[in-house]
Amino acid sequence: MLDVQNLSIVFGGLKAVSDFNLTINEKEIVGLIGPNGAGKTTVFNMLTGVYTPTEGTISYLGEKIQGLKPYNITKKKIARTFQNIRLFSKLTVLDNVKVSFNYRINYSLFDSIFRTPKFRKTEAEIIEKSVELLKVFSLDTKKDELASNLPYGEQRKLEIVRALAAEPSLLLLDEPAAGMNPQETVELMELINWIKDKFHISILLIEHDMKLVMGICDKIAVLDYGKKIAEGTPEEIKNNPRVIEAYLGEGA
Amino acid sequence: MNNFFNKKTITIILGVLITYAVLFGLISANVINSYYKGIITFSLINIILAVSLNLIVGFTGQLCLGHAGFMSIGAYISALMSQKAGMPFVASIFIGAIVACIFAALIGYPTLKLTGDYFAITTLAFGEIIRIIIMNINVVGGARGFTGIPIKTTFTVAFIFMVISIIVIKNVINSSQGRAMLSVRENEIAAESMGINAFKYKMMAFIVAAFFAGLAGGLYAHYAGYIKPDSFDFNKSIDYLTFVVFGGMGSLSGSVIAATVLTFLPELLRGMGDFRMVIYPLALILLMIFRPEGLLGDKEVSLNIIKNILPDKKSKDRKEA
Repeated sequence: MLDVQNLSIVFGGLKAVSDFNLTINEKEIVGLIGPNGAGKTTVFNMLTGVYTPTEGTISYLGEKIQGLKPYNITKKKIARTFQNIRLFSKLTVLDNVKVSFNYRINYSLFDSIFRTPKFRKTEAEIIEKSVELLKVFSLDTKKDELASNLPYGEQRKLEIVRALAAEPSLLLLDEPAAGMNPQETVELMELINWIKDKFHISILLIEHDMKLVMGICDKIAVLDYGKKIAEGTPEEIKNNPRVIEAYLGEGA
Repeated sequence: MNNFFNKKTITIILGVLITYAVLFGLISANVINSYYKGIITFSLINIILAVSLNLIVGFTGQLCLGHAGFMSIGAYISALMSQKAGMPFVASIFIGAIVACIFAALIGYPTLKLTGDYFAITTLAFGEIIRIIIMNINVVGGARGFTGIPIKTTFTVAFIFMVISIIVIKNVINSSQGRAMLSVRENEIAAESMGINAFKYKMMAFIVAAFFAGLAGGLYAHYAGYIKPDSFDFNKSIDYLTFVVFGGMGSLSGSVIAATVLTFLPELLRGMGDFRMVIYPLALILLMIFRPEGLLGDKEVSLNIIKNILPDKKSKDRKEA
């Protein structure tokens, strides 16, 4: 469904990512790994429209999406989380999720001002759907808390819920396990697998936790200095000498 | 929420009606003299300005330093319409407000696409440019001012417009559009990644804010009967910003309280002569030291808060209408 061809981006004189190719099929979990500064998040930012690639194409479900604005890419059903959590911290948990429904609302500013029946109906639906989604992740009991008051693990979870509320068919997770202890990481692995099956979506994730990556990914791509040095199943990656040299190290 | 006549709505409607009836009764019975009646009316106009400025500064997070500029457009256009063109009062202030919207769209279009301080600087410059331009237009009296505007803004008129402004802005905030504005304030990159066109909602907030600033300008012109370009200088814009910060960025009730208190405070301190120039800023400094988030922070006055006067008790009224 996602097909990235020869993706490159240049910042000043630095070629941060060059000739990156990747395909993601339906209901597939793909891992993107590599040393710090290899360009993983840059790839994410190009996929989600934060950066415009200098060269190359990104096609998603048959449509070219490179160079679109982030909010238009969301409408094409790609949603993401962030490496450093970017919740709307002064809003409640529920409102954080409700924001993701914005691009599908069918009422105008006038409906809001005059509180028309259309407005009331849509709002009620949004609340119902948001609470339902929060319930799935057992966050519904905290729906009126400010997002900033949640513990770290739940903030990460809420970011995923918020992304899922945008109804993506491809979910991009940027280091979802960062800052989590081994127990939480195991739970997260199960959660990601479960999300894939429950919502019938593909997932692309950046992660440094090899146990997680090797455990759940169908396919892994390895970046080093902006170039893809390997791609394959977890087994192939584990035994690839170039990957071992650049990233995994001996004995991994 | 589906039930329009729920307990909360009725309480609010009753509260508004009682406030109006009490003030109107006191004015009619001459308990409040015409001097204070004037200040009350003026504070109602200031409430409209504070609440509308809060929409763009407090709720959308875009620092606007030219709110008085939009007010002056509303004031001059409406004065022209009613005095020179002989249009009805209400129609003329609406025309003034719409012209203010058009100017907001023109300024917002190039600057709100950018992030950073460009918007603040441009609105600051805009306020000054408008003032200088008006100063050089003889039809509206230039620097001497525009005189002989029919006095139509009574206490009742100002009160009605204030209530309408608050309801409209509150309804905007408690909607999907309002949540989009808040999300832009909280984190623009995240908001855009969730499908929010940040530029669109910044424009929306700015234009709505300019509309009410223009409306307030029209009311002011027909309240004072005389306007001059210097009534709408940079200091005025800062005054309105002070209302917003004093009351709390992102709190409508805070803006209402702050605009009322800060309109009355200089008048009440008048007896102290020059000392009022010391006490007014001192009050602001003390507030910023002890409550840097403003009187109410981003909370709203609600029955919950009044019931248990704990400052950090979660108020739940944001999500309800």
